[in-house]
Amino acid sequence: MIETFDLSKQYNNDFWAVDGVTLTVQPGQILALLGQNGAGKTTTVRMLTSLLSPTRGWARVGGYDVSTRPQEVRANVGVLTEQHGLYMRMTGEEYLEYFGKVYGLDAATRSKQRKYLLDYFGLAEAAHRRSGEYSKGMKQKLALARALIHDPSVLLLDEPTSAMDPESAQLVRNEISRLRSSSRTIIICTHNLAEAEALADQIAIIYRGKILLNGTLEELKRTVLGPVEYEAKFAHEFDAGELDLPPGVILADRSATSLRFRVEAPQEANPRLLSVLTSRHAPLVSFHEVPKKLEHVYLKTMADAQGVMYAA
Amino acid sequence: MQRNWQGIWLVARREFQDQFRDWRIVIPMLLMVSIFPFVADNTTRQAVNFMNRFGGDIILDRLIPFAILVIGFFPLSFTLLVALEAFVGEKERGTIEPLLSSPLEDSHLYLGKLLVGVATPLLFSYGSIILYLLLLMRRPVEFPSAYMMTLILLLTFAHAVLMVSAAIVISVQATTIRAANLMASFVVVPVAFLLQGETLLIFWGEEDVLFMAVLGLTILSALLIRLGLAHFKREYLLGREIDSLNVKSMWQRFLNRVSGNATSIIDWYRTELPVTLRQLRQPLLIVVGIAVITVITSYAWVVLNVPKFIDITPNRVHEVQSYVRNNLGNLDVLDENAPAPWIFLSNVRSMVGFLFAGLISFSTLGLALFIFNMALIGAVLGGASLIHFSPLAVFAVAILPHGIFELTAVFIATAAVLRTGAVLVTPQPDKSLGEVFLLSLADWFRVFIGLVVPLLAIAAVIEVYVTPQIIKLAFPYL
Repeated sequence: MIETFDLSKQYNNDFWAVDGVTLTVQPGQILALLGQNGAGKTTTVRMLTSLLSPTRGWARVGGYDVSTRPQEVRANVGVLTEQHGLYMRMTGEEYLEYFGKVYGLDAATRSKQRKYLLDYFGLAEAAHRRSGEYSKGMKQKLALARALIHDPSVLLLDEPTSAMDPESAQLVRNEISRLRSSSRTIIICTHNLAEAEALADQIAIIYRGKILLNGTLEELKRTVLGPVEYEAKFAHEFDAGELDLPPGVILADRSATSLRFRVEAPQEANPRLLSVLTSRHAPLVSFHEVPKKLEHVYLKTMADAQGVMYAA
Repeated sequence: MQRNWQGIWLVARREFQDQFRDWRIVIPMLLMVSIFPFVADNTTRQAVNFMNRFGGDIILDRLIPFAILVIGFFPLSFTLLVALEAFVGEKERGTIEPLLSSPLEDSHLYLGKLLVGVATPLLFSYGSIILYLLLLMRRPVEFPSAYMMTLILLLTFAHAVLMVSAAIVISVQATTIRAANLMASFVVVPVAFLLQGETLLIFWGEEDVLFMAVLGLTILSALLIRLGLAHFKREYLLGREIDSLNVKSMWQRFLNRVSGNATSIIDWYRTELPVTLRQLRQPLLIVVGIAVITVITSYAWVVLNVPKFIDITPNRVHEVQSYVRNNLGNLDVLDENAPAPWIFLSNVRSMVGFLFAGLISFSTLGLALFIFNMALIGAVLGGASLIHFSPLAVFAVAILPHGIFELTAVFIATAAVLRTGAVLVTPQPDKSLGEVFLLSLADWFRVFIGLVVPLLAIAAVIEVYVTPQIIKLAFPYL
C-alpha cells in the first residue's frame, strides 16, 4: 500500500517540484500518474523510493515511512527508472544475479527468481548475451525483471514505455498488466494516455507538482466531461421535432442525420429514450455511447489548469 | 561487519568486472604499464652514462628508488579516471538510480567504489614496478634495501589512496564526467609536487622522514574519505541535474550567516559573536593545549640539543649578551623598519594563510603552521635560556605585552580553522558540501573580522611602541 499526505518537494528554496500530493493506492491497484514533462512525476517516485527527502508532508510505502525508514522502503520497492539503467557489459543473467545479491536474496531464491523472470519476460534465450546487444524492448523487460527480482510489494514504474517503438511498448504494457496481483501496489508514471487507460485502476493527473484530479477513469470522465452521451444515427434526414424526453436525458446536439443525448442514468433512461424514438418512426441505424477518452479528460483538465479554452 | 563487507565487495566486484571487460580501458593501461618501465630503465641508464662522461658522480643505484617511485606514480595518474567517474559516470550513463534505489547502504556504495578506485591503479602501479625490477635484474646494480622498498611501496599505496579518495569526492560532487575530469589536475598536480619532495628525501637518504610522509598522507586520506562519506547524499547525486552557481545568493547567504540576527554592531558583539565563541570552546582548548606542549617541547629541545652543536662557553654567552645590549638602540627605530601597519598586515596575512592551508587540508596544514609558530616561541625562549637570560622574564617582557592580544588572536583564528576542518568532515544531512563550506567560512570570518583583526591591530601598535620600551627598561633585570 502507498499512502502520501501533503507530500512536497522544494528545490533551491524557491521551486516546488511537488506540492501537496495526497494519494492512497491500495494493494492490487495500479495508479497511473499522468502529467507533462517536469510535472513532478519522477520527483514523486523518487520520494517514494526514499531517494529524495520530502520538504513537507509524509509518505508511507509498504507500511514504512520514507523519511525515517529508507532502507526498509528500498528493500520493499521495485523501481523501473526512466532510463533502463542496465550495465551494458553484463549478460541478462549476470545482471539479475547481481541485483538479487544487492537485495540480499540467498543463492537458491536468486536462482529461482532469475530463471522465473527470464522465462516470464521471454529473455531466457538471450540470458547469456550482454544486455548492450539487446533491443530496446528487451532492455526494458530486463529492467522490469530487475525491479521484480525481490518480489516487491510495491512497484514504481517511471515512464516504462517512453521512447519505445509501438511493438516494444505493447510488449512491456502486456507484461505490466500481467504483474497485477492482489498483494502488489503499482504506480506508473507516464504521459502515454492510452497506456494509462489500458492499465490503471486509478488515475491521478499532476500539473506543476499539484494533483489536479484523482479517481477511477469513469469518475474522471464524469467529473471533467459530464454525463455519458449517446448518439442516435439515422438512415436519412429525419426531423425529430420536439421530443418528449425521459427524465435525466437532455438533447445535447442535433444534426440532420443524428441526435446526441446526455444521459444521467443510462440503464433506466435508454430503453425509454429508444421507445420515444421508435414511436416517432425514426429511421434508426445505430444507437451507441459516444466514446470519451482519457485524452479528452486530460486535455480538458490541462486546459482548465492553464486557463485556456479546451476545444474537443 | 560481514554484511558491510559483503555490500562493499558487491559494489566493488561488479565495477572490477566492468572495467576489465572493457578493452578500451584494459589495453591502453597494459600498454602504458608495460612500456614505461622499459623507457624508465633506458632513460635512467642513458642519463647516468651522460653525467658520468662529464664527471657527474651519479650512480645508477641512487636513481633506482627514484625511478621506482615515479614508475609507481605514473599508472596512478592515468587510472585516476576510473575513480573520477565512479559516481558521475554512472549518473551520466543512467545506471546510478537502480543502484541508489536498492537497499545498499551509503557506506557500501562509497567504500565499494573507493576500493575499486584504489585497487585498480595499485594493480597497475605494482605491476609496473615489478616489471621494472625484473628489467633491473639484467644489470649489475644494487637493489634498494628491503626497508627502502617497503617505504616506496607504502608511499605508492599512500599516493593511490590519497588521489583516489580525492577523486571519489570529486566524482560525488561533480555533475558531469567532463567537470570531474577537469578537476583531475587538482589531484594529480599536488601529488606530483609531493612526489618531488619525496624524491629529494630519497636522494638525501632521509628515509625516516619518508615514513612521516606516509603517515601524513594516510591521515589526509582518512580525512578525505571521512569528508566524502559525510557528504555522500543520494539526493544530491540525483537532484542536481544542472549545477547552477548563484553567486549573488551565495554572497547573501554568507553575509546573513556573518551578520546573524543582529540589528547593530553593538548588538552583533553582544549577541552573535558569543554564540560563535561558545562553538569554539573545544577547539580553543585543543589549540591552547597544543601551544603549551609545543612551546615546552621546543624549549626543551633547544636547551638540550643546541649545546651539542654549538659550544656555549661563558665568553660566547658574554659576547651575545653584549651584542644584544649594544643593539637595544635599534628598538627605538623599530617603527621605521617595521611600522605597525606592516606588522598588522603581515599578521593578518598569516592568519588568512592559516585558513587557506587549513581549508585544503581539513585544518591539518593550518595547525602545522600554528605549531611551527609556537615552536619558534619555544626556540627563542630556549635560546634566551642558553645565554643565561630568564626565559620567563623574556616571555613576560618581550612577548607578553603584545602577545596578550596577538597570541589570543592567533589562538582564536587557529581554533576557528580547526573547527572549519572538523565541520567539513562531519555529516550534515540537510546541507550540501558547498553549503557546509560556505557557512563554515562565514563562521571563520565572523571571528576573524570581529575579534582577530581588532586584536592584531592592537597587538601591532603595542609591539612597535610599547614592547620595545618595556624591553629597554627591563633589560638590566633579565
